Amino acid sequence: MALKDITLGQYFPGSSPVHKLDPRTKLLAVILYIVALFLCKWFVSYAIMFVVLAASVAISRVPIKSLVSGMKPVVFILVFTGILNLFYTPGEHVLAQFWIFTITLEGVFQAIFMVVRILMLIAGTFLLTYTTSPIMLTDGLESLLNPLKVLKVPVHELAMMMSIALRFIPTLIEETDKIMSAQRARGADFESGNLFQRAKALLPLLVPLFISAFRRADELATAMECRCYHGGQGRTRLKQLKYRGRDYVTLVLFIAITVGVGVLGYFGL
Amino acid sequence: MEPILQAKNLTHTYSAGTPFEHTALDCVDFAAYPGEYLGIIGHTGSGKSTLIQHLNGLLKPTSGQVLFQDTDIWSDPKITRRTRFQVGLVFQYPEYQLFEETVYKDIAFGPRNMGLDEKEIDRRVRSAAYFVGLRDDHLEKSPFELSGGQKRRVAIAGVIAMEPKVLILDEPTAGLDPEGVESILGNIRDYHKANNATIILVSHSMEDMARTVDRLVVIDDGHIPFQGAPREVFQHGAELEKMGLGVPQLTRVFHRLRALGVDIDPSVYTVEQAKAAILEKLGKAVK
Repeated sequence: MALKDITLGQYFPGSSPVHKLDPRTKLLAVILYIVALFLCKWFVSYAIMFVVLAASVAISRVPIKSLVSGMKPVVFILVFTGILNLFYTPGEHVLAQFWIFTITLEGVFQAIFMVVRILMLIAGTFLLTYTTSPIMLTDGLESLLNPLKVLKVPVHELAMMMSIALRFIPTLIEETDKIMSAQRARGADFESGNLFQRAKALLPLLVPLFISAFRRADELATAMECRCYHGGQGRTRLKQLKYRGRDYVTLVLFIAITVGVGVLGYFGL
Repeated sequence: MEPILQAKNLTHTYSAGTPFEHTALDCVDFAAYPGEYLGIIGHTGSGKSTLIQHLNGLLKPTSGQVLFQDTDIWSDPKITRRTRFQVGLVFQYPEYQLFEETVYKDIAFGPRNMGLDEKEIDRRVRSAAYFVGLRDDHLEKSPFELSGGQKRRVAIAGVIAMEPKVLILDEPTAGLDPEGVESILGNIRDYHKANNATIILVSHSMEDMARTVDRLVVIDDGHIPFQGAPREVFQHGAELEKMGLGVPQLTRVFHRLRALGVDIDPSVYTVEQAKAAILEKLGKAVK
């Protein structure tokens, strides 16, 4: 078992047009996409949203296999939501009735829509994390939240914390892997025994891990101070975020889709 | 002689089936013999760490076999676990794995996992501490109070205390001062002599290697291009240079002399050998 194989943030490096979009555009587009999904009322609007999703996936060249494998953890929630909606949606067209359960035509549609909505929601957000590196994401987020500075929200500090945390996830995973191997080489057993024994077996892993995390934090703080880091005031960036033509096109497209789906939803389509 | 530890046709691929797929070892054959002091040399990312983690069953081969005393170490989970005690592996910067309250308890971690009784554990902890030059008053201290070099000794003692037949050390001298390097290499030599154990030393420093090992295995990009006595390996100076490894400074000087037209054996790597070669060249007998 290699911890390295766990995908976190699951960024898939690539150079598709979707990868090249400004992270702010992608964040806004995903928000618009989510709003549009909730405005969907009937097959017509869901079909439109599906086309939007399929087109985005196709352009991003993210393998469909990895998108689907990301869905596995939510299967339970999907089944649960589907069943709840199926049985508990009141309606006029009763299809079947037994004991305390009633299945109505409205319930069937509701269940389908709910499941499709969740699936598309996840696929859309996955596409964002698949095509945007975590660092770009936090940069985009910081830039989008910038207006909140007026309300004294420490936007830069929050973004910095987030990017440091993201930056150190792979390092810590690697470290965990290393310490685990080292302790296993001394006969530590992380895989067998009851719950109590297993918790106890984690001690030789957790103690060195915490110590090294604190050491790293300390070293990083010193290194940052040595380079005169003093918060966000007057800080410039190596990679400036810049809107380009394709960003405007994407945004206008997504606004149009959301408005369009909203109008369709208003007419119950 | 029969090898004590052997890898046959060993291949290892990391993250198979993802964009990060990477073959670290490609059909490698490797053998270590009883009582041998073996060096594995290769630069970062050559696959040497992957290889040694296969030797004590921490990594499972993608294909191929690892044999310890002629038994496939993956044939049975019990054998895999037992192999980890008999093939001791000291990782790079092992001081970061210390976790116990006292040095004694930390060194005793391995022997305790082996299921030995308290008396035997005590004997092993003390003898391991002796090999790495830790004093008795160190044993009751917290490992986190010690200096970096002492922590490293504690960590090495933690593996030696299992009294492995094969001791593998990954860059045991990395980040130490010259004195620390000498003393740790000395400790390892002592263990080698006292137990007639097989030692596998992993390093990228040709200088350290040349002075200590009987046989050298060069690993580059998941393959083993050369192996043999240091003298033989250093004859491939140009190829080693290309792999980013280089040969010891002395050997380089002799290679250069040869290139300048001096008829001299370029495979020397110690000061003594160099002295003998030069004296011989000058037509004087070694005194």
